[in-house]
Amino acid sequence: MTVFRPGRLDEALGFLAEAPAVLLAGGTDVFPALGDRPAPGRVLDLTAIAEMRGIAREGDHWRIGAGVTWAELCRADLPPQFDALKRAGRQVGSVQIQTTATIAGNICNASPAADGVPVLMALDAELDLASAAGRRVVPLAGFVTGNRRTLLRPDEVVTAIRVPHLDGAVRSDFAKLGSRAYLVISIVSMAAVLRCEDGRVADARIAVGACSAVPLRLAALERELVGRGAGTLGAAVRAEHFAALTPIDDVRASAAYRRDAVCTMAVRMLHGWGTEG
Amino acid sequence: MSGLTFTLNGNEVRHDGAGLERLSAVLRRDFGCREVKVGCDAGDCGACTVLLDGAPVCACITSSGRVAGRKVETLAGLRENDPMFASLSAAFLAHGAAQCGICTPGMMVSAVALLRATPAPTEAEVADALGGVLCRCTGYRKIIDAVMGKPAPDPGKGAVGAGIARLDGARKIAGEEMFGDDVSPGNALILKVIRAPHDHCGFHFGDLDGWRTASGIDLVLTAKDVPGENRFGVIPGFIDQPVYAETVARFRGEAVATVVGPAEVMSVLDLSTFPVSWMEKLACLEPQAAKAAPELHPDRAGNTMCRGLVQRGDAEAALAQAAVTAEGVFETRFIEHAYIEPEAGYADWTVDGVEVHGGTQAPHMNRDSLAAILGLPVEAVRVVPSAVGGGFGSKLDLSFQPHVALAAMRLGRPVRVAYTRSESMASTTKRHPASMRVRAGATQDGRLSGFIFEGTFNTGAYASWGPTVANRVPVHAGGPYAHADIRSRTEAVNTTCVPAGAFRGFGVPQAAIAQEAVFDDLALELGMDRLEFRYLNALDNGFPTATGQVFDGAVGIRPCLAALRPAWRYGLQKAHEFNGEGGVLRRGVGIACGWYGCGNTSLPNPSTIRAGITSGGRVMLHQGAMDIGQGANTVVAQIFAEALGIDVGRVEIIGPDTGVTPDAGKTSASRQTYVSGNAARLTGLALRAEILRLTNAAEGRIEIAKGEVTVTAPDGRVHRAVLPDGDRYVVEAAETYDPPTAPLDENGQGVPYAVYGYTAQMVELTVDTGLGTVTLDHIHAAHDVGRAINPVLVEGQIHGGVAQGIGLALMEEYIPGRTDNLHDYLIPTIGDVPPITSHIIEVADPHGPYGAKGLGEHVLIPTAPAILSAIRHATGARVTRLPAMPDRVLAAIRAAKEG
Repeated sequence: MTVFRPGRLDEALGFLAEAPAVLLAGGTDVFPALGDRPAPGRVLDLTAIAEMRGIAREGDHWRIGAGVTWAELCRADLPPQFDALKRAGRQVGSVQIQTTATIAGNICNASPAADGVPVLMALDAELDLASAAGRRVVPLAGFVTGNRRTLLRPDEVVTAIRVPHLDGAVRSDFAKLGSRAYLVISIVSMAAVLRCEDGRVADARIAVGACSAVPLRLAALERELVGRGAGTLGAAVRAEHFAALTPIDDVRASAAYRRDAVCTMAVRMLHGWGTEG
Repeated sequence: MSGLTFTLNGNEVRHDGAGLERLSAVLRRDFGCREVKVGCDAGDCGACTVLLDGAPVCACITSSGRVAGRKVETLAGLRENDPMFASLSAAFLAHGAAQCGICTPGMMVSAVALLRATPAPTEAEVADALGGVLCRCTGYRKIIDAVMGKPAPDPGKGAVGAGIARLDGARKIAGEEMFGDDVSPGNALILKVIRAPHDHCGFHFGDLDGWRTASGIDLVLTAKDVPGENRFGVIPGFIDQPVYAETVARFRGEAVATVVGPAEVMSVLDLSTFPVSWMEKLACLEPQAAKAAPELHPDRAGNTMCRGLVQRGDAEAALAQAAVTAEGVFETRFIEHAYIEPEAGYADWTVDGVEVHGGTQAPHMNRDSLAAILGLPVEAVRVVPSAVGGGFGSKLDLSFQPHVALAAMRLGRPVRVAYTRSESMASTTKRHPASMRVRAGATQDGRLSGFIFEGTFNTGAYASWGPTVANRVPVHAGGPYAHADIRSRTEAVNTTCVPAGAFRGFGVPQAAIAQEAVFDDLALELGMDRLEFRYLNALDNGFPTATGQVFDGAVGIRPCLAALRPAWRYGLQKAHEFNGEGGVLRRGVGIACGWYGCGNTSLPNPSTIRAGITSGGRVMLHQGAMDIGQGANTVVAQIFAEALGIDVGRVEIIGPDTGVTPDAGKTSASRQTYVSGNAARLTGLALRAEILRLTNAAEGRIEIAKGEVTVTAPDGRVHRAVLPDGDRYVVEAAETYDPPTAPLDENGQGVPYAVYGYTAQMVELTVDTGLGTVTLDHIHAAHDVGRAINPVLVEGQIHGGVAQGIGLALMEEYIPGRTDNLHDYLIPTIGDVPPITSHIIEVADPHGPYGAKGLGEHVLIPTAPAILSAIRHATGARVTRLPAMPDRVLAAIRAAKEG
């Protein structure tokens, strides 16, 4: 067994160029999946890489290092467009999980119920990917391709999440529905990011988790909201706005319930929005 | 990487690993930090919480490499280095915030992290900080009180009736309690179990010897290696479960083999290479399918294992004459015990035979079963229980013990095992799923007129305690009410599921869900208040129970209901006002009752307690009643001290250990306070009589000192006797108590239990009618315990039972192969248990020690039906299949609106 814990990104990429390895960051998904089986043959521990740390404004976007944990994000001084991400972070697992789990790990684990993904999709996030062969930037929408599947190549790592900065009157929100108070996997999760101009919605992004193999943006609902004025958003929500969702029956809820609940949650989240200016 | 250094509890330490091991494993094995408890290895339970640079993390999902150069603090370090430990541990002890103690280190460490940043936290802040640590015993409320620094209850004076801190509490809170995986020696070989991957399958082994040699391990065990009977069980006539399946595995997770080897070999051994091939067979997961399927066991036609019946009067005729009738069909699913300590322990081979160490609820019963499996005389098997990190019924049955015992016997050296969370969940017993139909009637003036219960219980692949459930349920199915005409039938059906066995209440909580819901129907139909309908029909002294038993003074259900009446009326009024405002949130108030017979059903179940006084004046209590967190160590000692007439602080507890403690029976059936408590009382009285005889005193205050015992008579005269030197006890007594019961006849008539306890609970909640989510606002629990030997422990049982009832009602459903972990199988967290008001009622029982009745199972029975009653009151929704998850509640709300 080889475990490599480099301090520099190029060392990490060199290790991956030699042969694929299990990527280890917070460990909150790797260890539960491992159970009591023997450790995998090659492990790349990403937690010591300085280039993957930190949150900073870089020109027209925010850069969240791939190693940033939920606890670090929740403590960071960020504009209101990130309120939803912080709200999601405070509901990820427990304090113990938030201390160690990374936001990039939440994406790469590619669970349909990952709470961070709908929020970051609503923020139009992109991912910085790096390999020894070079770097590329890919939109989060499309990066997660299915349940536990992503576009990440075996020789690649996510180095950062890029979130376009939004100017103006921006609000964001996140809601999660589960069967208990803590440590709960979402039945439905929902994120909304709205930008208003002159009291009307100029830009709306709504995304839903746990109701399809990959969290989805609700384009039809977003179009419906644009141009609407204060206090009228909740009334704009209709069942057909959720037609693209493909919820399943599982141990947490029935598909029919998810279809129903997602609509209720959207109405509640949007109700009254815009009235604050 | 070839080693790393970090700071552990203030000391710089070095670890020579590759950096990928779980920090929990490294801390426990290499640094002796056995206060870091492992409950799930998945970050789901928080028992292993440590501080990493001051922030709480689950050590089980933290790689050792990640702590390089950083500061790690465990509970032991906080105990040594953090001044906060003293006040916080004192608060935990005084509030009874630790029961079994397995989650306590995680709770304490998380609480210290919170209090360092927030010295005076709100309840919400405590919940946020502790939300990642699961507790199955306490119901969390006492933990919240302790962390918030609320005033602790006054323990009071004396022995019986005093709410003293549990005698074994300090070591639990300090993280010094030793559980199954804590007692195992570091040099022991490691054992792992090969389990069937299908619900039902045949199998063939390949070249086991070749694989063993090639793998470099010491031993492979299969059915042919069992020297005695390859069978175990708990009920005579139903000993049907093999230690290792022989040709067919009847449930997913059944053991077919074990492999044993040195730790360094076992840690890299890929068990998927074990040479076995599986042939899937027809799976029957539900009783209805199993009844039509081939027999899983010989002589069980239609896979029906056994039936139960209790009938009195003419239920059909009474129903026909009833002014109103109601009926309902109800379904509950498998419930997992979800103790935070998975099964673990070790065995060793000694000159006297085999010793088995680890958690159990039934050391003597386990010993006898192991002797039969091992082909050894009973004297050659010694069971030495460790502390038990939660049991709730499942740790009555054998689990890991035969495997390690066989291996130690074969190899002549210690062999240890610790079940993973998923194998614990897959292979150990569950609460029986029940399909129940109830019909009940009442006269126009609200008196019960006919009650019929029919229940089918899925008992899984093997019997375990299925016969007990089939017998207990009909006795209790009518609830603590005055039924003149009642008939209750049960059947237990084998399926290809994990065995269902004992779980806090033996089927009675399921039956209460059906019975209480139909009583709500009757009250609604009659236009009667639900509490008053129950009060009117409550069982009372002089009225025969369903089995024809008549009590004279000990029936306590009406006092329980009366105690709830003020809160009930106020709660109804508050809900009415709230709902009058309209809106999507609806408040509801619900009520339910329960009763439960203490001890085995119409069977002998004696307890023996032994005690002695040494020449040095030490008072030694050989206490074999397993304390699994409920408090037997404390309660039995209090009763003994009261009877002997000494301070409970003088009592030193020996055991449990089948080598040195007599058989105090099983910790089940709510029997330890009543049965072992009586044995302790008789033992204390016998010792007292002997001391009075030795000192030639008739009565007086006993004082025991080194070499001397004195009795100060009421007239002030002091009688003395010398305690002579010697190794043996100078004064000694051992007494036995067995409840007076009588067999049940073919109609279930007889005296199944000498003592019953009674309860009524009331739930206030809010339902979100848009999403079907339920928020519990307050629970009021009235319990007739006869006499509260220790009121703090009584309240601890109430809170813990209520929390399990919440789980049963709202979130728990075990699905074999699908929810074998603590993130898909949900139990209540600290945010899911509302404030609980306890009403302790004391209607003394003439058979109980100082009037005490059992309590351990009663606490869970009314909670779920009271929650369903409140959901219905709030919304009209009648939820008939549990758990009442949001989707089911919303569907029931819609159905009620349409209906």
